[in-house]
Amino acid sequence: MITYLGRRAFHSILSVIGLLTLVFFLTRLTGDPSALYLPLDSTAEARAAFARLNGLDQPIYWQFLEYLRDLLQLDFGESLRQNRSAMQVALEAFPETLKLAAVAITLSTALAILVGSLAAARPGSMFDRVASLISLAGASAPDFWVAIVGILVFAVGLGLLPTSGTGTWAHWIMPTFVLMLRPFGLLVQVVRGTMLSALASPYIKTARAKGLPRQKIIFGHALRNSLLPVVTVAGDLATSLVNGAVVVESIFGWPGIGKLMIDSIIQRDFAVVQSTILVTATAIFILNIAIDLLYTVLDPRIRY
Amino acid sequence: MSDATNPILKVDGLTVDFLSDDEPVRAVDDVSFHVSRGETLVILGESGSGKSVSTSTVMDLIDCPPGDIVAGSCLFDGVELSALGAEARRSINGRRIAMIFQDPLAYLNPVYTVGRQIEEVYESHGAASGKGARAKTIELLRRVGIPEPENRVDFYPHQFSGGQRQRVMIAMAIALKPDILIADEPTTALDVSVQAQILDLLRDLQRETGMALIMITHDLEVASSMADRIIVMNGGKVVETGIAKEVFSNPLHAYTRRLISALPHGNAEAAPNRRSTTIADKTLLKVEHLTKHYVLASGAFSSKRTFKAVDDISFEVGRGETLGIVGESGSGKSSVARMLLGLSVPSAGKAIFAGENIFEMNEKRLMAFRRKVQMVFQDPYGSMNPRMRVYSIISEPWVIHRDILSKDRWKARVAELLELVGLLPEHADRYPHQFSGGQRQRIAIARALASEPELIVCDEAVSALDVSIQAQVIDLLADLRSRLSLSYIFITHDLPIVRHFADRIMVMKDGKIVEEGQTSALFGAPRHEYTQSLLQAVPKPKWLASSIVGA
Repeated sequence: MITYLGRRAFHSILSVIGLLTLVFFLTRLTGDPSALYLPLDSTAEARAAFARLNGLDQPIYWQFLEYLRDLLQLDFGESLRQNRSAMQVALEAFPETLKLAAVAITLSTALAILVGSLAAARPGSMFDRVASLISLAGASAPDFWVAIVGILVFAVGLGLLPTSGTGTWAHWIMPTFVLMLRPFGLLVQVVRGTMLSALASPYIKTARAKGLPRQKIIFGHALRNSLLPVVTVAGDLATSLVNGAVVVESIFGWPGIGKLMIDSIIQRDFAVVQSTILVTATAIFILNIAIDLLYTVLDPRIRY
Repeated sequence: MSDATNPILKVDGLTVDFLSDDEPVRAVDDVSFHVSRGETLVILGESGSGKSVSTSTVMDLIDCPPGDIVAGSCLFDGVELSALGAEARRSINGRRIAMIFQDPLAYLNPVYTVGRQIEEVYESHGAASGKGARAKTIELLRRVGIPEPENRVDFYPHQFSGGQRQRVMIAMAIALKPDILIADEPTTALDVSVQAQILDLLRDLQRETGMALIMITHDLEVASSMADRIIVMNGGKVVETGIAKEVFSNPLHAYTRRLISALPHGNAEAAPNRRSTTIADKTLLKVEHLTKHYVLASGAFSSKRTFKAVDDISFEVGRGETLGIVGESGSGKSSVARMLLGLSVPSAGKAIFAGENIFEMNEKRLMAFRRKVQMVFQDPYGSMNPRMRVYSIISEPWVIHRDILSKDRWKARVAELLELVGLLPEHADRYPHQFSGGQRQRIAIARALASEPELIVCDEAVSALDVSIQAQVIDLLADLRSRLSLSYIFITHDLPIVRHFADRIMVMKDGKIVEEGQTSALFGAPRHEYTQSLLQAVPKPKWLASSIVGA
């Protein structure tokens, strides 16, 4: 177990280094920041001075080596936009994303397990068909479209909910709902499928022969055996949310890491882009290890 | 012994259909039987005979739809079961009628400890809970013969052996001392010596509790060793019913007679001899000091441990000869086959095939060698690609070994091979799932024959088949041997099967050969005690066992 965790951590660190290298060079392909940060009529001298100040006059491989050296000293660079530590900027935005992701993925998983199990318990029933319809619609509806329609109807039209921003619990409703749609839709399908095969398993026959009550058979015996694929898919979906729900955060003005990332890319704020990537990548690797550990809790046959 | 006038369960005129896209399929047709306290009723039949469906209906385990109980009544202790409400019906399952199944690994929930699964029986019927249920569970595990039940109670099903898992299933079923225990093929997946222990346990428990036992089996020996009365089912109908001894000694129905004559070891002299007629003179395969070690997990503080799957064995197979390798699970018999076919690498040893050590062949020689040695597996369905037609399955060796046959002759040759194994040429266009188990095994044999082998290794090739089908497949193999001068290595856990088929038998235990000899000599006077115990573990008819009569 300990060796397993050590190996996973080592692999994760290698992957993060590879990712950071890639991001470092890709961001620099977007162009020269001085074009954005200096007035349009700046002289060539002013541009050169800006470049020198931010180390952009060096050859790119030299910039990369300096970046690596700084990383080892836990110096993640300065934000060009905000003139403060880039890592600080990223770490301020990240909890906002985490909160939203945690609420959305927890609610959608719990709801999907309930709906999917009940649908699988009576396949072909009215409930099953309605649940399938809703989940398919949820999984296939484009989130930006739902978000914009939601704002038009509930914020602009009816005036029930705020259009964007944070603060009250009402600000949570639309972003959470839009973020839940796809995970909910996909997970209902996964739960229904795995529950159907679990309910057809021999051990369910044993449970029936024992005279167990129906809800105990469904939620005690079948569900527990169906959870592995659900955890896999839910983990994958959680990963994409932790990565920053770029579209949803942008539309609803949610000050999360997805919005920060897209703003920083547009502004060529290289240090902040790199820091956000480092933060989310670390979070995702931790999440994946946690999912692997969860497997061992759910299925005693899995041991590392 | 039993009160025949007042049966605890009386099933009358039971008829069950399964709805399908076209006409409903009748699985059980007008089946009646009854069983009394303390009595053992055996329902004997081959797969698809409807024997499991009848008892599953009694247990309310048939989903409707697709099931459809057309007619019939199940009177349990004076109560009509089909008239009960869901809650009342549920309270009977597990408390008054309990059931155990064929494959305990699949029928136990893999994610819960065995203790939890047994405690559940007490809890769901309000008999005990918490510490009380746990104490009873431990006591129960001790009764069914699980060693160290205080610790093992917290183990998961996969941490037990096959026989122990079936003991756990039995413990679960008898927890509330049911009036009836239904055992659906309870020993089919087990080794013969473990089977004997489980059958003994069932007999003991029946004597202790006086429960009625309904035992479903396709195995005539198991049936004869357990039954007071027997009903024989075929095609959903009861074809014969009566006192077990009478049915066995004087079967009335043609189907029962055929079943009993297919028994591989009923009467040693009367059975047809399927051994090879020619005497093997030339050695085809010579195995010397074959060894396979597996290194088990070695931790930082424990020294390296090795498991000897195959431990320094030597044997020969002559041309046209059949060598039977007999052993229980874990004896290393399949490891031998896997190494001979190059599916795993031996730790040491030689295997000389036609003058050349197969473990030292280069790629090209190995390719040629693989043509000459083919394998037929236990599960023909699992060893065939379900999305390939029979034509592609049989002709695949010719895709790999291009020199065997030119492509324009494939179609004719596939038809020829199908006829050779007793199928029809038009079967070439079908998929594996459209065949029965016995037919699939014929396809597997045809595939093995396609590359014109000299040696065929059969790994439990008939173990999954019904008795009468087993005999047919063995007949086919014997026939092919004389027509194509093949050699066989026939691996099985079932000693009697090879009795009339193998020329020589090699008995394996824990990776070693414990006894080897000509088949008739080995059966006539087994020298090693393990061989003797294997032969004795074959169930004996109940009416010959003295202790039970009149109990």
